[in-house]
Amino acid sequence: MTAPPTRSEVAVAACADAWRGDGEVLAAAMAPCPVLGARLARATSSPDLLTTDGAAVLTRDPVPLGADGEAEGWLPFRDHLWLVLHGRRHVMLGASQMDAEGRTNISCVGDWERPTAQLLGVRGCPGNTVRNTVSYWVPRHSRRVFTPKVDMVSGVAAADAHELRRVVTDLAVMDFAGPGRTLRLVSVHPGCTAEQACDATGFDLALPEGGAAAVPETRVPTGEELRLLREVLDPGGVRDTEVPG
Amino acid sequence: MDKRMTPDDIAASIPDGAVLGIGGWGSRRKPMALVRALCRAPARDLTVVACAGPDLGLLCAYGKVRRAVVPFATLDSIPLEPWFRRAREEGRIALTEYDEGLFMFGLLAAAHRLPFLPTPAGLHSDVMRVNPELRTVRSPYPSPGHPAGEELTAAPALRLDAAFVHVNRADRRGNGQYLGPDPYLDDLFAKAADRTYLSCERLVEGFAGPPQTLLVSRATVAGVAETPGGAHFTSCEPDYGRDERFQRAYAATAKDPEAWDRFRASAIDAGEDAYQREARR
Repeated sequence: MTAPPTRSEVAVAACADAWRGDGEVLAAAMAPCPVLGARLARATSSPDLLTTDGAAVLTRDPVPLGADGEAEGWLPFRDHLWLVLHGRRHVMLGASQMDAEGRTNISCVGDWERPTAQLLGVRGCPGNTVRNTVSYWVPRHSRRVFTPKVDMVSGVAAADAHELRRVVTDLAVMDFAGPGRTLRLVSVHPGCTAEQACDATGFDLALPEGGAAAVPETRVPTGEELRLLREVLDPGGVRDTEVPG
Repeated sequence: MDKRMTPDDIAASIPDGAVLGIGGWGSRRKPMALVRALCRAPARDLTVVACAGPDLGLLCAYGKVRRAVVPFATLDSIPLEPWFRRAREEGRIALTEYDEGLFMFGLLAAAHRLPFLPTPAGLHSDVMRVNPELRTVRSPYPSPGHPAGEELTAAPALRLDAAFVHVNRADRRGNGQYLGPDPYLDDLFAKAADRTYLSCERLVEGFAGPPQTLLVSRATVAGVAETPGGAHFTSCEPDYGRDERFQRAYAATAKDPEAWDRFRASAIDAGEDAYQREARR
């Protein structure tokens, strides 16, 4: 008897669904759950995706987290930057802050001139968001992240972006189909309510027609997806360190 | 032809106010022995241009940096660079914050001796707000969706007075070979700089391996130094991986003045031989 899916496994499957139907594009990701999602999508619904070993190698098959694999291509950082402009890339980025219109910040908190907290810098977010399909992964859905105004716009608003497709968190899945291309609740993970997701968001989250009661549950992973995650892609359970219990 | 120099001679050749490019990426194949030598040298008010990691952090810790030109600063396994973070939060350095692609196009432009290269990166983001000197340019050609020509960011050439690059192998003429999985932007740094200084794990008489591993040409190199362990504590694959324990100790110094004094005295001020002894402990 297979143990029921954990919250992290639901989140990984939701990440995987972001890449569904993308065809022969690079599924790029950095954090553990999105990396697993990309490889899980390639192993199941979307076999044409390209995935990496987490470094400069495009692997012939989706490889377990932290593992090497046989190369089918080479993708050093400079070619990631080429691919960003070329466009055959769907990346799942992180966000320290996100506003209702989809602007994100990973650069710094507070006044840019002298921040209260210096973070990473904008990295590739500006270019990624104007040229690639972009989804976001937020491992802790909170008002600190989902805030009315971001301090430094790293990723651009949905209205200015190539395509902001999905936002996956530890509580819910969202898209930008709200009024004026704003963030909208698509589904909540089993065990989480629409009210919980809205309470953890620092602005009004758009709801589907029918309101909070009409928000469906995020699908749970299939038996095959659970087997792949537990036995092949992440036997060490790194996903649970990112999204506990 | 013999361009061998010591790291200290290389560091001494960097003048106050120089624009210095540093190769590598985050905490990967950084020319740390040259950076350590620069920490001991008199140069100050530097503009550091890098995909930054502990190279920028250490120079900030030593008060060498006037301005950083970077798309990010990270230690990879430790997401935030602690000394860069501190310098920014204390308002001690100026920052030119670019998108990664904008940054690479700036180096590409400089490498090709072009004034700028167009890119959509930066548009609609606060990169344009915090860098008011950035201009946009309209394409003179129509393109799909842009019958009047696309409006693009003009990435200004990032010309460098000098560049530091660390490679796995080099010869005394100044040719450099990388053996790891990623060249990062190292050849672009070398081509964008007036004078490039190379450090290497090992000086060789001739190169083994395919010619496309010969990343840096002697035509761009002013000096070369053999510095075994010269990228430590950052990674230098396949010669060695990142020293995570040592990196954690470095990171902890940003919040512990006594630990910093010890680290600085034993690992940097005492010279590279002392550093390498510390690294092997």
